[in-house]
Amino acid sequence: MQTLSYEFPADRPAARRSHVGVVGSGDLEVLMTPANGTAQVRVRTSVDGFDTVWRTVLERFFARHRVAARFELNDFGATPGVVTLRLRQAIEEGKA
Amino acid sequence: MTVTEWESLLDRTSFIELDARERAKALLDEGTARELCGPFDRIESPWLEPQGVVPQSDDGVVVVKGSLDGQRAVVIGIEQAFQGGGIGEVSGVKIAAGLSLAARDSRDGAPTAAVLLLETGGVRLQEANLGLATVAEVCAAVLELRALQPVVGVIAGALGCFGGVSIAAGLCTKLIMTAEGRLGLDGPEVIESEAGIAEFDASDHPLIWSIDGGTQRVRTGLADALVLDDVSALRTAVVEAVRQGVPAEHRSRRIGQLRASLEAVDLDHPPAPSALAAVWAKPTPPKGDPG
Repeated sequence: MQTLSYEFPADRPAARRSHVGVVGSGDLEVLMTPANGTAQVRVRTSVDGFDTVWRTVLERFFARHRVAARFELNDFGATPGVVTLRLRQAIEEGKA
Repeated sequence: MTVTEWESLLDRTSFIELDARERAKALLDEGTARELCGPFDRIESPWLEPQGVVPQSDDGVVVVKGSLDGQRAVVIGIEQAFQGGGIGEVSGVKIAAGLSLAARDSRDGAPTAAVLLLETGGVRLQEANLGLATVAEVCAAVLELRALQPVVGVIAGALGCFGGVSIAAGLCTKLIMTAEGRLGLDGPEVIESEAGIAEFDASDHPLIWSIDGGTQRVRTGLADALVLDDVSALRTAVVEAVRQGVPAEHRSRRIGQLRASLEAVDLDHPPAPSALAAVWAKPTPPKGDPG
């Protein structure tokens, strides 16, 4: 297991918190809490050694969706596609 | 399969395909669901991270209060996708506390029934003794509440209910299963690894379901209702079970009858699973302690 932290510039505050997903095989849980100014991401993943892939996936996501919030990701081996879908679901549910 | 059967299949909303939170909300009356100790309370297991296992924010148990056809109820669901529904210190205490609060409310003039959605392999191995201790607390809490209000167990599948939690299932006022659901003390793989493949072949799915499956458990009287995997069918069955209230005598108290059932089985020539219901249906005079 590995814990990773990232921060990205963001200027669109989330309206409310949201929770999606499950810490199950090939899936992950996302907790989003509104914050100011940045997107702070903390990843706990069951698979070690994918720091660069996580950075790339998250960088691409937050370049497009500049949602200012704290994101807590509890990952159980989700693929980049699943990670992106869960993040989109979390910001969708966090809209007013 | 005929066209009508296909149509009825497509009309169904699968309960099995829902996660624990969705299941709880699907059973309760529209707009009444209120989650206790939810993901943002972040009461996760403190024991998993030190062992290199990623925790979940609700520790895999969802406690939702609301009303069930107008009656106050708490639905407690185990999330089967997280750690195989394994019960740890936190998740077990959430179940026990949810039941105890319902018992307290019931004593204080606000009768609160409980529904347990049981999908679990039993105690989470990473939290061995603490998990076992909390399963004992869950059993005690079921006994406390069932004297006041019904505690309805639902085993819909796909995982089923095994290990210590199957004891809690056996204590429930009423037990509702689907044909996909399974109930057993030791899971198939545990039996195979402990007693050998000749005793139980855990890859033989028809064998597993012929013994642990919902159809067999209801036929042999160890569960009460066999229901289709459909949200409204399950909701109707749960509402009906709650409406029937507290029985004069719970199944787990009918020790004489359970003992007679065990004695009716000839261990040298055990009956085929399909014949067990018929063997148990024969009235056997209870011997010794009538229980």
